[in-house]
Amino acid sequence: MNNPEDTSPPGERDWSVVVEDGIAKSNEPVSSAVADPAATMRRHEPHEPAREHLPERLYEPRKAVHNKRIDGPFRRFKWLVMLVTLGIYYATPWIRWDRGPYAPDQAVLVDLANRRFYMFSIEIWPHEFYFVAGLLIMAGIGLFLVTSAVGRAWCGYACPQTVWTDLFQHVDRFVDGDRNARIRLDAAPWTWSKVVRRAFKWSIYLFIGFWTGGAWIMYFADAPTLVQDFWRGEAAPVAYITVAVLTLTTVTLGGFMREQVCIYMCPWPRIQTAMMDEKSLLVTYKDWRGEPRGSVKKAAKNPDRFGDCIDCTQCVQVCPTGIDIREGPQIGCITCGLCIDACDRVMNDIGRPRGLIDYATLEDCEREAAGGAVKSPWRTLLRPRTIAYSMIWAGIGGALVFALGTRSHTELTVAPDRNPPFMLMSDGSVRNSYTLKIRNMESRPREMEIAVEGLPGAVMWTDTINRGEAAATQRVTVPADLVRQVRAYLVVPAGTAPQQFEFRVTSLDKQRETDVVETRFDAPEDE
Amino acid sequence: MANKRIDQPTGTPTVGHEWDGIEELDTPLPRWWLWTFYLTIAFAVGYVIAYPAWPMIDRATEGVLGWSSRGELAKEMSAADQARTTVSEQLARIPVERLPDDSALMQQAIAGGAAAFRVNCVQCHGSGAAGSQELGYPNLNDDDWLWGGDLKAIEYTLAHGIRQDGDDETRRSVMPPFAGAFDTDQLDALTDHVLAFSGKAASNPVGAQLYADNCAACHGIRGEGDRAQGAPTLNDAIWLRGSSREAIKRQILNPRMGMMPKWEGRLDPVTLKMLAAYVHSLGGGEDFVEVAEDPEVAVDEQP
Ligand code: SF4
Ligand code: SF4
Repeated sequence: MNNPEDTSPPGERDWSVVVEDGIAKSNEPVSSAVADPAATMRRHEPHEPAREHLPERLYEPRKAVHNKRIDGPFRRFKWLVMLVTLGIYYATPWIRWDRGPYAPDQAVLVDLANRRFYMFSIEIWPHEFYFVAGLLIMAGIGLFLVTSAVGRAWCGYACPQTVWTDLFQHVDRFVDGDRNARIRLDAAPWTWSKVVRRAFKWSIYLFIGFWTGGAWIMYFADAPTLVQDFWRGEAAPVAYITVAVLTLTTVTLGGFMREQVCIYMCPWPRIQTAMMDEKSLLVTYKDWRGEPRGSVKKAAKNPDRFGDCIDCTQCVQVCPTGIDIREGPQIGCITCGLCIDACDRVMNDIGRPRGLIDYATLEDCEREAAGGAVKSPWRTLLRPRTIAYSMIWAGIGGALVFALGTRSHTELTVAPDRNPPFMLMSDGSVRNSYTLKIRNMESRPREMEIAVEGLPGAVMWTDTINRGEAAATQRVTVPADLVRQVRAYLVVPAGTAPQQFEFRVTSLDKQRETDVVETRFDAPEDE
Repeated sequence: MANKRIDQPTGTPTVGHEWDGIEELDTPLPRWWLWTFYLTIAFAVGYVIAYPAWPMIDRATEGVLGWSSRGELAKEMSAADQARTTVSEQLARIPVERLPDDSALMQQAIAGGAAAFRVNCVQCHGSGAAGSQELGYPNLNDDDWLWGGDLKAIEYTLAHGIRQDGDDETRRSVMPPFAGAFDTDQLDALTDHVLAFSGKAASNPVGAQLYADNCAACHGIRGEGDRAQGAPTLNDAIWLRGSSREAIKRQILNPRMGMMPKWEGRLDPVTLKMLAAYVHSLGGGEDFVEVAEDPEVAVDEQP
């Protein structure tokens, strides 16, 4: 449902009629100052009379943002990111991964009940939560890196709020038409056809929200089973509650609040301002080139008086957060680059050089305003600060990968009984008791051998065998993916002094993984 | 009142206060913010109506849902009781010596016994069940048992206690005091002989004779003790009341004998079984061996 204006080939439009008497108007007759306050009200001419006698209002109503369809490299990049991220989000739970009979075969699964996190061939146990912590730190540093290099690019392309808002804006465009039609429909009275249209649009919102929430719960249980249970009404109540909550929040935040989330609720823009410096790439309007603004016609009459901006407000109309980038860098700008696409188009059409709005650093801006040349973006991307962030980021990543590759799938912890510390037996020998916890992180049961090292003459028996079968080593089978607790009774001959010794557990398979724990043997001191 | 003014660059009125030259713009809230605020108020009202909330003089308002933390607790307790009953029923049916056949049940019995032990037994036997040599409370972790260490024997001791008046079936053994019976030299000789059983002193003929005449009937000729009458073993490394010469002499002259309450009637049979399982599990428990009943004795005992 395209805007009729957009179908005409570029270059045939008469941009010169757009601006009259210095008042910004779009080339679309309906979107006058009344219907599109965002385009006009946000521009404060330096000598505009201040709003002297404003009534005091308790709240500020949201001004709807009806952004115009635009095409261009940044828009296409946004499409790509949206397809990839949404694709990953919706499809991931359905990837299968064969882990054998003792573990779930879902590639990515957060198994809260059994406290395991599966990600392809990686399996994280609760005691290995530092992997997740490491990933979170990497995500944080990655965000620093991106911000110091390219400003709020995360916000502009990859942030879920942006992606879903973008999706909902496409829905608006699909159902109600482009900007003009939407403004007209918004202002129109509530006729039947408007009600039907709105109901249709909102049910699409709901559907998207439902899919979003539905995909989320798939990460926490076996997806195919959960879908069946869900529709049969047999899934856990928490599944329904989660889907309901996420449906609601998706529709509210993405469908209705949109840019308000970015401007008022999100803490990130506040932090980002501290992360950026004069060398970060930002979407910038080059006012030294664009000002003063004047239409093509005026510029033709008065050469040298006007800048390159013809005040067509295309950049404002396409902006998803409804701001005017020509007022300078501002918190509402998510650096999505759509205004660049729009302005470059205009410049193309009127035959002026592109890049009136462009990604530029503050440093470049100053240099360019003074007549210097722009530096290559690589010099802004590769500078000590970004390199330092990248190295920290890669360092943590490398450490995690190393830890992941070298971690043992067998682990032993030993807790000696301290009450009483030792036990004298009737034949004079001394017994100590220990609680051993043997962890088997493989998804198959494994036999493990428990041995005692550095304690001459010691024999042990465990709670599963009789004292009569006491021996120097014992074998236990640890079930797949579990920690097995074993009570071990250790007996040494009379006269052994208190000393340190080691428990060693060895897996009896070809890996022969072992873990050793040093602990203490208590005995009566020599009388 | 501070005078309000319009901030020129933004065209927004200020709130009228000034701190060190810094003024605050009077920017209205976004509407959704206000709505959220109203929603929280509505929620609070709903909550106060639905749940106990408003403190009155002696109690809070009840709330129309009838919810109470006490009620929640009662619900959880009854659920826990329910879960426990099944285990209790199984335990009530099974004879204690058969417990090891059902290792899951045995584990549950041990866990229950550990809890019961902490309530009823730690006062004498200590929280680690190590007893006290000083006070003569037996150590339950070792493999030395006065009256037998299999599940059945332990349960019996628990049920009937030691030296409890008013229970015909209580474990009862008495060591006579020998104060005045021996002179100092004889006492020394006898003590040496007792210590010699476990290699702690050299034996001597005088002590051996005295032992054979006075002690062997109960403690056995080699000090091996007799569980049937609860006579302690003297030839092992474990001493109920200390292994020093002083402690042994004191025990010969004026023997001290402990008491243990009978728990039958005070603890239910299931708890007794669980306690027996726990004590048995401490590391010294013995296997239960079925003894074929001697028919002659059985006939003799018929009234
Ligand atoms: S000003 Fe430009 S870059 Fe910033 S949000 Fe609007 S369209 Fe995107
Ligand atoms: S900056 Fe470009 S798109 Fe924006 S009003 Fe000026 S000419 Fe038009």
